[in-house]
Amino acid sequence: MTILRLAFQSLWSRKFTSGLTIFSIALSVMLLVGVDRIRRGTQVGFEGTLSQTDLVVGARGGSLPLLLYAVFHIGTANNEISWGSYQHFAHHPAVLWTIPLSMGDSHRGFRVVATDDSFYEHYRYRGDHGIQLDQGTRAEGIFDAVLGSAVAQQLHYHLGQKIVLSHGLEGSFLKHTADPYTVVGILARTATPVDRAIYITLWGDEAMHLGWQNGAPPLQAIPESQIQKSDLQIRTISAFLLRTRSRIGTLFLQREINTYKPEPLTAIIPAMTLEDLWNVLSAADIALSLVSGAVLVVGLLVMLTALYTSLNERRREIAILRTIGLNARQVFTLFILESSLISAVGAACGLAAVYVILFAIRIPVENNYGIPLAMVGLSSRVGYYMACVVGAGALLGFIPAIRAYRNALVDGLNAG
Amino acid sequence: MASIPEAIRLQNVVFGYDPRRPVLRVDEMVVHAGRRVFLYGPSGCGKTTLLGIMTGILQPQQGTVTVLGRELTKMSMSARDRHRGSEIGYIFQSFNLIPYLTVRQNVELPCQVHERRRKHILASTVAEEAERLVRRLALEKHLDRSVKELSTGQQQRVAIARAVIGRPSLVIADEPTSSLDSDRQRAFLDLLFEVCDEARATLVFVSHDRSLMREFDEQLALSEISQVCA
Ligand SMILES: Nc1ncnc2c1ncn2[C@@H]1O[C@H](COP(=O)(O)OP(=O)(O)OP(=O)(O)O)[C@@H](O)[C@H]1O
Ligand SMILES: [Mg+2]
Repeated sequence: MTILRLAFQSLWSRKFTSGLTIFSIALSVMLLVGVDRIRRGTQVGFEGTLSQTDLVVGARGGSLPLLLYAVFHIGTANNEISWGSYQHFAHHPAVLWTIPLSMGDSHRGFRVVATDDSFYEHYRYRGDHGIQLDQGTRAEGIFDAVLGSAVAQQLHYHLGQKIVLSHGLEGSFLKHTADPYTVVGILARTATPVDRAIYITLWGDEAMHLGWQNGAPPLQAIPESQIQKSDLQIRTISAFLLRTRSRIGTLFLQREINTYKPEPLTAIIPAMTLEDLWNVLSAADIALSLVSGAVLVVGLLVMLTALYTSLNERRREIAILRTIGLNARQVFTLFILESSLISAVGAACGLAAVYVILFAIRIPVENNYGIPLAMVGLSSRVGYYMACVVGAGALLGFIPAIRAYRNALVDGLNAG
Repeated sequence: MASIPEAIRLQNVVFGYDPRRPVLRVDEMVVHAGRRVFLYGPSGCGKTTLLGIMTGILQPQQGTVTVLGRELTKMSMSARDRHRGSEIGYIFQSFNLIPYLTVRQNVELPCQVHERRRKHILASTVAEEAERLVRRLALEKHLDRSVKELSTGQQQRVAIARAVIGRPSLVIADEPTSSLDSDRQRAFLDLLFEVCDEARATLVFVSHDRSLMREFDEQLALSEISQVCA
């Protein structure tokens, strides 16, 4: 007990060097754990964005791009699916529900997703959370729009607001100026990419492009009031989400879709595609972890240097402790305690910093990059890192401690 | 004389930091309990080394050392450490104090480490005992200051307080006055005698400055005790 107090006071008396050492260890722990937590946070965030969906179906193409644009609004669809094919699978006996998605337009950087009521009914995220309306109603009419919560918040939009959608993504000069949409609803926050999109009806999507030919707007804009659902015909969608009646059905259906003769389609199991994504990213993750590991070694060496260089000044202190009856083992313990305290405090500070930073960047990252970043708790891997840091700190403390022990024995009373 | 118990007895002791080159060779040396003993000898003669042997920090290659009835040469190292901490107060020439502790914490330290020292205080608590001793040595204004802010003389007085707290049976001082001027040497010695009497401790005082030796009950010349010192 006395020795622990001595260790504290000795470190405190060398506030500056102790502080610097703690800082360097905290910094490296922050990097090491931060990389791990951010990776885990994105994983949980991505995985939480979509649940209960068994298959994501799009035109023939890569599975990762399909998942990214259909669910996370990253990238674009290269091809469309015909409405007929969609109808075929929507009414397939093995299918419980489907959600059609048609993308390709935007409003001030936010994606516009055309869908139907099934989105509000069936879409699930983070287990069993469904879509809730915070204000207003679902989009029913051709020119109705429902905003994701982040859209409403960032653009300060409210119900009744008229908005103009532009063709393509941000930077496109083609604006559908003729067809202003009206905000009829705002979704409750989901903390997923759902918040960052504007939802219209499939009719609305077709209306936007009515009279367009080969990707060019009609010469004379058709007035909004003249368009009716009966004039419109839904021809294509970009992708659809699908839930089967049984788990076993999923694999059969996936095969059936992938080999569907009338149209080349791709069906993916979202969890498996995400797994592929993590595997791709794990190489980068390992590289980052190695770098932070190296930084950690530097941090620990800083501690070793600080403790070791203080040894000479402390020979007298050791002699005093010996005369008041501390044995050499207790002197040894004092030094081990000091290095353990430094590394433990450093590790704790680093860990705290990770969570402070994670908490601070979560919303901006989600809003600016559309990457869902969940607050994740501690894991066994973090526990393992922390144990390693404190253990390595204590272990490195052995070097000055052994020196101190030997000084204590050799110097006798003549030190200093 | 025979009725007075012996505090320290060295018998046929040989010690060398390097076993092949002894720096100390003592056939017999006795210090009786309750005496104030002045030990002198030229520099490098082995005075500090002898104190190291008496306190059990150093273990002689030959001979027996008996201190306060315990035969150090037969004890384990940690038993000697315990014995030293609970029975002996030690004062160095200078830099006696742990620099990162306050005056009070330095004085209380032996009581925190050793039960026996804690039990033998005169006041009712360790804190009060530290205050009492510090007041006795006219340092009460500095009780909670860092020892780094004290003058050398003040630091040496704090060292006395730490050596005598919890009334050890033996107080050893290794040239404690050599960093003080002659006026303050006298005052220091008087204080040391007073508190040692109060603790009823045997005092072994090392110095090469023989002007102080008349104040002591007994004078020992290391050159006469140790065959190595010429
Ligand atoms: N830690 C040590 N390792 C090896 N030799 C030592 C050590 N300490 C002292 N010596 C040697 O032992 C001899 C006695 O030293 P000691 O310190 O006991 O002398 P001293 O009488 O106390 O001298 P002074 O009056 O200068 O303090 C010296 O020759 C010294 O060189
Ligand atoms: Mg000496």
